[in-house]
Amino acid sequence: MNFLYTLFQDGGAAIISSTTAAFALAAIGLNVHFGYTGLVNIGQAGFMLLGAYGFAIVVEQGGGILLGVLAGLAAAAVFALILGIPTLRLRGDYLAIVTIAAAEIIRIVGGDQSLAPLTGGVAGIPNAKYSDQFIALSPFPKAGLFTFGPWTYPYSAGNSWWLSLVGWALALLAALVVFLLFRSPWGRAIKGIREDEDAVRSLGKNVFAYKMQSLVLGGVIGALGGIVFVLGASVQPDALGRTTTFLLYTVLLLGGAATVLGPILGSFLYFIFVVWLQDVVAQFVPSTVMNSSQIPQFTYILVGAGLMLLVIFRPQGILGNKKELSFGA
Amino acid sequence: MPETTDWSSETYDFDRAALRAKLRDVPQEPGSAKPQPILTVDNVVRRFGGMTAVEVEHLEVQRGAITALIGPNGAGKTTFFNLITGFDRPSSAKSRFGGGQGPFATWRFQGESLGATSAFRVARTGMVRTFQLTKALSAMTVMDNMLLGAKDQPGEHMLAALARPLWRKREAEIREKATDLLARFKLDTKAKDYAGSLSGGQRKLLEMARALMSDPAMIMLDEPMAGVNPALTQSLLGHIQDLRDQGTSVLFVEHDMHMVRHISDWVVVMAEGRIVAEGPPEHVMQHQAVVDAYLGSHHDQDLGDDSVLDEDFAAAVADEDAERAEEKA
Repeated sequence: MNFLYTLFQDGGAAIISSTTAAFALAAIGLNVHFGYTGLVNIGQAGFMLLGAYGFAIVVEQGGGILLGVLAGLAAAAVFALILGIPTLRLRGDYLAIVTIAAAEIIRIVGGDQSLAPLTGGVAGIPNAKYSDQFIALSPFPKAGLFTFGPWTYPYSAGNSWWLSLVGWALALLAALVVFLLFRSPWGRAIKGIREDEDAVRSLGKNVFAYKMQSLVLGGVIGALGGIVFVLGASVQPDALGRTTTFLLYTVLLLGGAATVLGPILGSFLYFIFVVWLQDVVAQFVPSTVMNSSQIPQFTYILVGAGLMLLVIFRPQGILGNKKELSFGA
Repeated sequence: MPETTDWSSETYDFDRAALRAKLRDVPQEPGSAKPQPILTVDNVVRRFGGMTAVEVEHLEVQRGAITALIGPNGAGKTTFFNLITGFDRPSSAKSRFGGGQGPFATWRFQGESLGATSAFRVARTGMVRTFQLTKALSAMTVMDNMLLGAKDQPGEHMLAALARPLWRKREAEIREKATDLLARFKLDTKAKDYAGSLSGGQRKLLEMARALMSDPAMIMLDEPMAGVNPALTQSLLGHIQDLRDQGTSVLFVEHDMHMVRHISDWVVVMAEGRIVAEGPPEHVMQHQAVVDAYLGSHHDQDLGDDSVLDEDFAAAVADEDAERAEEKA
């Protein structure tokens, strides 16, 4: 009974967490790229990182929070343009190669010691240097803890109720934008491009412009996810690397690509699954077999295996349309 | 051709007999001038390495006619199609940076120059094509396929897409039009099905109907009969003639000569990248160049035979072939 309560508590915490919201946002962006447009972006973490750096650096250097957010989003948009101009005219595989390489460039440059005055080098930028203004915006008490059921978090500071609220509000807003866009003729053209871009071109649509719009939109939503992520943590280049991108694909495919709520549901389920798995292993596997530091690594191995099983046996995810997918080939 | 040509529907030859009478006076030679050329092509050359796939010096396509572009396999028909619709770039195209040697490729459609125009812009001028390997957008419904073909939908702009009132009215208009066209092509019962669930022949019909959504001045069909069963072929031929009768010029690629005889008003024969003959379907098959192209210039002749010297011999063989073909049909 006690164990079930632990599961309940940890599961709830995973849902509330601003990290879950940040991943949901980034996955919504990735969904615009991969799910709707068919752009294979393997560098979504790079967009997140750019958003985070743009925001944190501008705020730290004395710009306001609004300017910081705009800087983060603009950095992602420019990044998308730079990646898109040479590659979007080529076959899809090339975008995949370029995005993974470019995301690595961002991560490595971010960790470079010579830029340490700006980026903090490998150590990154600590949360306290850029989160004051965000905390100041909170309508809740600035200090103290709030308890809701079994969950206790600060009102406003750090990994707070305020941040979770903002994170999830942004995720819902992004989902709403995606919903509005993809029921429109614009979304129809984008889906057509996913199916066969030459056919869409032959109907007089500017395919390159559509793909670029999609790349920028998804990248900007990803950057927003990056900003939410670092408000609950610190800016660290290695925290948003290749692994993050693959986790985002897991989240997206779990919930269902090309669905509006798939990334949000996927993010819920993914984080609940990971924490429950750790709970179960900690509960039932003796520490002589696996010690506590090995448990997270073990669960990530299972997540990798889970991703494989998912794409083999349920490629449409939970919310996806099996029929739509079966004609996709 | 003068710029002042009247492209309004009043000057369109709805009367087919009159059109054919006009064409009877056109000299039957490659590159001959037409009374009202909707498309004029000059110096289009495409080389793949050392191989010249297409080398067309001059071609005019009569407005209001069904023009067939025929030729044996590998004659360069599809490559030529790709070139003039902007899906490929002529080797003889004027370099973007100046320089190079003329004569440069130029072509005009309804008086508008299309020398270096991307595929989607070509489609917007009113020259819409279909593909040899049908490009139905499989994971979209038949109706969505049709709606994508329409032009002037403000909702296809990203920002306007967010506000439904801006595009709802136009959407209703094009939906109505799509319903009419689907009924005409007997696909109305399939409107809600995924395009991927249609048969090969139905996909050809869908692709043709989709191309008509933008009211093109000319429709370019790349092997419309390929892979279509004989029963459906007849109805496809009927549809193509209907298109012409309702005001759309037709240019189509086909390598089966017998199909062409039934419906075309004018036939252009390509072989080894060049236009070798032009003429009305009844006569063009008897051209020496056509016989050579299809059968080789010394087909079923003993090269030691004196009859090789006889110029009338090949024509006699062609006559025989044509008669045989007619008996079959």
